Amino acid sequence: MRLILELALTHIAGRGRQTVVAILGVALGVGFSIAMAALMQGTEKDFIAQLVDTMPHVQITDERRTARRQPAEDLFAAAQFEGLRPKEDRRGILNPAAAFASLRSWVPGRMAQSLRTQGVVRYAGRDLGVSIVGIEPEIEAQVSSVAADFVQGSFDALRAGGNNIIVGDGLARRLGATVGTTIQVVAPTGQSRSFRIVGLFHTGNTARDEGETYVLLKSAQILSERPNAINDIRLRLDDPNAALRVARQAEAELGYKAVPWQEANESLLEALVVRNVVMYTVVGAILLVAGFGIFNIISTITHEKARDIAILKSLGFTQGNMRRLFLVEGLALGLAGSLVGWLVGFLLCFALSQVEFRLSGAGVGRELTRLPLFWSPWHYAIASAFALISSGVAGYLPARQAARLNPVDIIRGAT
Amino acid sequence: MSALIEAEHLTRILPATVPVTLVRDVSLTVGEREFIAITGPSGSGKSSLLYLLGLLDRPTGGTLRIAGQDTSAMDDDALARLRLEMLGFVFQFHFLLPEFTVSENVQLPMRKAGRLSAREMRERAAGLLEELGLAGHLDKRPDQLSGGQRQRVAVARALANDPHVVLADEPTGSLDSKSSEQVFQILRDLVRKRGKTVIAVTHDMDIAARADRRIHLVDGGVVSDERAAPAAV
Ligand SMILES: Nc1ncnc2c1ncn2[C@@H]1O[C@H](COP(=O)(O)OP(=O)(O)O)[C@@H](O)[C@H]1O
Ligand SMILES: [Mg+2]
Repeated sequence: MRLILELALTHIAGRGRQTVVAILGVALGVGFSIAMAALMQGTEKDFIAQLVDTMPHVQITDERRTARRQPAEDLFAAAQFEGLRPKEDRRGILNPAAAFASLRSWVPGRMAQSLRTQGVVRYAGRDLGVSIVGIEPEIEAQVSSVAADFVQGSFDALRAGGNNIIVGDGLARRLGATVGTTIQVVAPTGQSRSFRIVGLFHTGNTARDEGETYVLLKSAQILSERPNAINDIRLRLDDPNAALRVARQAEAELGYKAVPWQEANESLLEALVVRNVVMYTVVGAILLVAGFGIFNIISTITHEKARDIAILKSLGFTQGNMRRLFLVEGLALGLAGSLVGWLVGFLLCFALSQVEFRLSGAGVGRELTRLPLFWSPWHYAIASAFALISSGVAGYLPARQAARLNPVDIIRGAT
Repeated sequence: MSALIEAEHLTRILPATVPVTLVRDVSLTVGEREFIAITGPSGSGKSSLLYLLGLLDRPTGGTLRIAGQDTSAMDDDALARLRLEMLGFVFQFHFLLPEFTVSENVQLPMRKAGRLSAREMRERAAGLLEELGLAGHLDKRPDQLSGGQRQRVAVARALANDPHVVLADEPTGSLDSKSSEQVFQILRDLVRKRGKTVIAVTHDMDIAARADRRIHLVDGGVVSDERAAPAAV
């Protein structure tokens, strides 16, 4: 009703400074919420993008999700095994060439196969445990993020000789080695060979920089005495979001465990959810406080305008009209605060997007950084919705009180 | 003469540890075109009775019919509707909304009723205010007027929706004698010229003497209810 709106605006206009404070309270709440949401979602997207960038989207290893059944288990209702040992170590993906070829026929993206084993590198009297990854340099370069993290050399350098090795810069530092140094690699089989360092990489991940080495696939197979063996297939998909589907299909097809990046980082992704919950709690708290400002002003108005309420009621206005009047006042403040808040939020986001800072010790090529901000109309809508709900409640409580007021009490009090 | 207001054994007791009886067993019938003065000592329940008759308060006993409708079964919204359409109030203090102009104040009840267009409401308010001698004050704020002028604005507001009954609680109580006389004349003209019924609580014996009917209250009860010949003045 227009009349109610007009009365409401008159009341609000009558309390200039308090109104400004209440509106600013909501505006700051809404503005900070918007900026915070933009920053939170921006960093989240940035984080996931980096995650997706550095990890294989799907990793297929020679493990199985459930233990393989022994023939005896199928034959007898109950079976107990003691001291059973395979006649021959057949670990690794069976028939890797066929598996690789069949995947290649349908997987939307690129893929690389490798043999991953543990070993010890030895140089100048120092022994360090490492993982040794046997790769095919030309396809590895298309799949692995390490290709972009080389400080010296590249995957291609491996091809120059059978005894070449690439190590992380951390490992080189700990060994006291550098490019050109020849180091000794000992495999669990007891095999030992000399390798010459032809490349150094720095991923920023200490565990990898200090513990990962790359050699040719052939060399790894010789070291572990498993010719033609593969125990790791990594997929880099055109669309990282397809990882779950592709992993499920690959697992069904090959029978080996295929882990999509979402599963590999489950705990990290859960942490992001927690972070969002924290954010919305803080936003809710801010707007709740803003709601108190509104509650305060509406309560003041209802007390101050008790006479008006009485007279309006005596003229024939209903309780419902009075409730609506003060509810509208609360909502009007919330709405005004929201609109100003949008501007505050927009300006805050703009200011934040202008901030540049240096990340000390960051990787090659990404030293100068800006805050990742993600712009979405949803942030504005959600912040406003929170603000309107909170101001609606803040208006409704005193409104209900005021509507119940008995006009006779006030009129009698005035005479 | 059809009855506008019929009260039977109307009683209002304030519930408390020691209950206070505001109005005690009042029965009366009010018809059209009556000019009634309610008199009585201070604290005798005059205002309380007026609030009951004006549907601002509910009785704790007895029945009250307005234009034949029993009000005891009505909910608050129905009572508000009846107030809006049938009744107009004038209090000792004008109770105008200070933020609105004189004309806007008079239009408030019309807007609430929502039957007229914006223009019709403006014209009706102007007409009422003119008749009450306030032609030049339409766009002034209440605080720019004298007490007598404000009380006349309150009368205009009470007449906004063309009610059957105007209830006035000491309408001249805070006015000087000249303004009092003016307001009295206006109230009397409402009866004589417009055919309204006016019920006015008053301390002013001069005014009471010139009313058509005088109801005297003591301790919340009616002790006398007498009619005078209309030719008295
Ligand atoms: N809320 C209340 N609590 C206690 N006593 C009240 C209350 N309201 C009115 N009264 C008493 O009821 C009586 C009637 O009051 P009222 O109708 O205002 O009388 P009048 O208008 O004739 O002066 C007075 O004695 C007054 O003090
Ligand atoms: Mg009184």
